Amino acid sequence: MVNTKVVLSGVELDNPIIPASGCYGFGYEFAELYDLDILGSLSFKGTTKEPRYGNVNPRIAETPMGMLNAVGLQNPGIDKVISEELPKLRACFHKPIVANISGFSMEEYVHCCEKIDKEEQIGIIEVNISCPNVHNGGMSFGTLPESAAAITKAVKAVTTKPVYMKLSPNVTNIAEIAKACEEAGADGISMINTPMGVRIDLKTRKPVLGNVTGGLSGPAILPIAVRMIWQVYEAVKIPIIGMGGVSRARDVIELMLAGATGVQVGAANLVNPMACKQIIDELPKVMEEYGIENLTDIIGGAHNA
Amino acid sequence: MKQGIFTITENRKIAKDIYIMSMEGDTSAFTRPGQFANLEVKGFYLRRPISVYDWEDGKLVMIYKVVGEGTQAMSEMEVGEQMDLLTGLGNGFDTAKSGDTPLLVGGGVGVPPLYALAKKLIAEGKTVKAILGFASAEDVFCEEEFKALGVETVIVTADGSYGKKGFVTDALKDVEPYTYFYTCGPKAMLQALCEQCTTSGELSLEERMGCGFGACMGCTCETTKGEKKRICKEGPVLEKEEIVW
Repeated sequence: MVNTKVVLSGVELDNPIIPASGCYGFGYEFAELYDLDILGSLSFKGTTKEPRYGNVNPRIAETPMGMLNAVGLQNPGIDKVISEELPKLRACFHKPIVANISGFSMEEYVHCCEKIDKEEQIGIIEVNISCPNVHNGGMSFGTLPESAAAITKAVKAVTTKPVYMKLSPNVTNIAEIAKACEEAGADGISMINTPMGVRIDLKTRKPVLGNVTGGLSGPAILPIAVRMIWQVYEAVKIPIIGMGGVSRARDVIELMLAGATGVQVGAANLVNPMACKQIIDELPKVMEEYGIENLTDIIGGAHNA
Repeated sequence: MKQGIFTITENRKIAKDIYIMSMEGDTSAFTRPGQFANLEVKGFYLRRPISVYDWEDGKLVMIYKVVGEGTQAMSEMEVGEQMDLLTGLGNGFDTAKSGDTPLLVGGGVGVPPLYALAKKLIAEGKTVKAILGFASAEDVFCEEEFKALGVETVIVTADGSYGKKGFVTDALKDVEPYTYFYTCGPKAMLQALCEQCTTSGELSLEERMGCGFGACMGCTCETTKGEKKRICKEGPVLEKEEIVW
């Protein structure tokens, strides 16, 4: 019998698989297809202080082995998430949840994190300082070590739960930013958000997306995620929740060998709604195939070679 | 929603760039006309949302238009090949609102979802009229199928090469009176129709989708009631009064 359990800052997960924020809504659509309690955890749709409609359509474009999205943080706002979504989620998911929080100012991050910290369903707070699809917020906080550290420090001051900073790959030196978050008190790093891209329609000769740029996800970005997790693992001691292009159990092992403790699954859920269940089902078999008894044994395993 | 493997039993051209594809598989997730399926096409990352023309137990029929590389690849698939489908997606049309003499208005590849709707309305004992609009004679399809159901059908073409010359709105006078309308087609047609139809109605809309089942928020639109609706989940059918043009 192989052991798939992992621990993220004291939060024990039955397996490392966490559906990624923005690719799973609040889980209800998937609860129609399988029991959500098989998941390690789930990261809910990026939540801001006020409700947001998001960007103009089109918000989705296909790419080779992936997709661009420019949804722009559509969400019902923190108060509704707490009063409506969390109680609804309680009926179909009974494990600690990863709360994905985004914002447009330091005050907004602090406000939302302080509120969500009081909810007993929440296990980990994932602070998104890396949304590429909103202006004057999101990613702008995650591209400089100083502002990333400032948000980390401010959020840590008002929370009791583990705080994971979700980082952008759209930077020159991601290890430096992860280190700044660690020094500011972050409990972990969540990475990577989407690299930015553009697609142009040959017929109209205009960008496909209403927002022009979007975030790239899907198997196309897997090696970028592996590379950046590798770099951050060498720079920090805090745990990493890795993500980027994961669609099979083998990809989970690869991210963990690079240094991830938890692994999120994003775009794969959108094209194959059974993706997380299939990954969880095949994980023990793939572990056996590669001679892995305890999944925790392989975290960062590729660095010892 | 259900996920299932379907086997192609028919895939042939019926008009310019228009194909009919019949498949065998589990259709039990479909409950209303106007719903759609999301098809995995080999070699493409995102699924293709295609409206349902007709279905019965174990059999699904879709009519689609080749508009890009994905639908081109679909058109080259052969009988016996299999596809992974998400079925029973979207809200579909509500026949309870139709009144005794509903009107169906379809434009181009917007015609197919109205076929199963016409069947249902007729089964409910209603008198159904339809205006089907196309660009030109080579684009016309489904005329006989609608007429065979007993639908009083007016065909219009923009260039006048078949049927009445003009747009669907030019034929509105010919089908009066009607109690309600159901429509699917290009956005400009839908807007003109909403302005000129005197009754209330339901519209089936189109938007670029990521997942097709409500998870990615990629296809959200605003409505007049301030409520946000996902075209794939709370749509694709919206009421005339809630559309923000």
